[in-house]
Amino acid sequence: MHKHPTLGLEVGLVLLGIVVALAVFAGVVAPLDPLRTGAVPLQPPSPHHLLGTDELGRDLWSNIAYGARVSLLVGVLSTLLSTVTGLAAGVAAGYYGRGVDEGLMRIAEVFQIIPGMLIALLLVAFFGGRLWTLIPVIALTGWPLPARVVRSEILSLREREFVLGARALGGRDVHIMWRHLLPNAFPPVLIGLPMQVGRAILLEAGLSFLGLGDPGAASWGKLLQSAQEYMREAWWLALFPGAALTATVLALYLVAEGLHARTGPVLQ
Amino acid sequence: MSLLTYSVRRVVVAVPMLLSVAVLTFVLVHIAPGDPAYYLAGDGGTPAYYALIRQKFGLDRPLPEQLARYLWTVAHGDFGRSLQQGQPVLSLIITRVPATLLLVGSAFVVSAVVGVAIGALVAPRANGFADRAVLGTTALGSALPVFWTGLLLALLFSLRLGWFPVQGMMSSRGSPAGWARAVDVLHHLILPMTALAVQPLAAFSRLMRLKMLEALAEPFILTARAKGLPNARVMLQAARNAVLPVVTVIGGHAGALVTGAVLTETVFAWPGLGRLALDATLTRDYPVVMGVVVIASVGTVIINLVTDLAYAAVDPRITYA
Repeated sequence: MHKHPTLGLEVGLVLLGIVVALAVFAGVVAPLDPLRTGAVPLQPPSPHHLLGTDELGRDLWSNIAYGARVSLLVGVLSTLLSTVTGLAAGVAAGYYGRGVDEGLMRIAEVFQIIPGMLIALLLVAFFGGRLWTLIPVIALTGWPLPARVVRSEILSLREREFVLGARALGGRDVHIMWRHLLPNAFPPVLIGLPMQVGRAILLEAGLSFLGLGDPGAASWGKLLQSAQEYMREAWWLALFPGAALTATVLALYLVAEGLHARTGPVLQ
Repeated sequence: MSLLTYSVRRVVVAVPMLLSVAVLTFVLVHIAPGDPAYYLAGDGGTPAYYALIRQKFGLDRPLPEQLARYLWTVAHGDFGRSLQQGQPVLSLIITRVPATLLLVGSAFVVSAVVGVAIGALVAPRANGFADRAVLGTTALGSALPVFWTGLLLALLFSLRLGWFPVQGMMSSRGSPAGWARAVDVLHHLILPMTALAVQPLAAFSRLMRLKMLEALAEPFILTARAKGLPNARVMLQAARNAVLPVVTVIGGHAGALVTGAVLTETVFAWPGLGRLALDATLTRDYPVVMGVVVIASVGTVIINLVTDLAYAAVDPRITYA
């Protein structure tokens, strides 16, 4: 008996593949310029405009295809940044212990107490909502988790024979952390990555929905923000961008869960 | 250690943590580009006017002094005055707290109770039809962005069917009293509460199902069955053990619910703290933003504390070491 039917991982990977393909080949699958206005505004879906047009006559399908780029870019880059930060903080806290550990974990706690959206609101409003500011802002809400996971791994690893041996042989701290501790502490963080990417994508979409995203980027959240005004006339503007967002996040969650189920203890 | 000493110790530990939240918000706000004086006085004032504004709001003092002033006043429950509206921040916040508490609290209770119940009910027949249906639905549910759920609910139930009001917390025409007023608020609450509850409900039911499956495989369940306990009693015993780790996770969701509340309040124009934070952020109303962040953090700390105590209540094995 499995905890979950294992179908999830495959479904997740296929869905994710579709979204990645959409992002990579946006220009091919959606030949219309997402920013070009001029078509009849607020057209319902038709063979000509697959998913209809918005209030300025822009093609919704093209906007959604290009929006995949923004979502994946922000999701992946901010996760990379938060993971690297979290790894560095976690390894340092676990290895040095004492004051370093105390200090870093208290800082992590502060970031975990403040609800993520409020940190993001605060930072984005003050540093501006450009893609290159959104990415570190979202990363800042995500680093405590990998930091904690790595720290607890390191705490048990650092007393193991191979680490003690490396230290007895005169290995320097940086060498021990990089060559011996990090590679062993990394796998549990790796499994959590798809989940982190999903959360980052949701946060970016949320910020854009609040009007704090990058005004120059075709983001799904921004599409939903403008959809609000035309909900009575144009249901498609609210329906499709949200469906794309949900499908992407669902794909990442399914992959994350599938990885957990395959690597974690399996219930017999 | 008794429950009381434990709670007191937890509260004492939380104080420096909350102070560092205040310091952090203060530092962030002040390393940001842009001069708050421009946001107070608007564009096109004379330099002398801006100087006057800076002096009036203490913005001309050195940063450490501003911080010390800020922490001192925050510790006294005073978050200063709103730069935009001139009112004390705390009273602005207090007028918004009930709306958010109602929204977040009801979503929290509904998602926890319904989520745990669903998880416990489908687990005994794992991989059956109901279980698979619930698994599929909750996988989708946990991926649903709260603001999209909100938009769809508003689109379907307010705009198309006209069953619920689209926005706000009370009807604007006349203000009914007593029960009529409560019913009116409830009528407004249902859609935003549902939007906010969907994601945690899905997450809780998935987790509960998993933990229930684990509990059902434990030897004490076999013993209970062997003793001939009725099935309902056996399930109850499994559920009691399964719910423990779920309680911890539910407590950890407080922050996520506040995040969701900011978005939900925007979709439904719900007059809560989230809207206040967003509006303050857009106008760079520093004291209000900092006040909301600190108060929201106090809220999360309290919920975590309550969760820990609830954990102790359901698990008699816990001692407060």
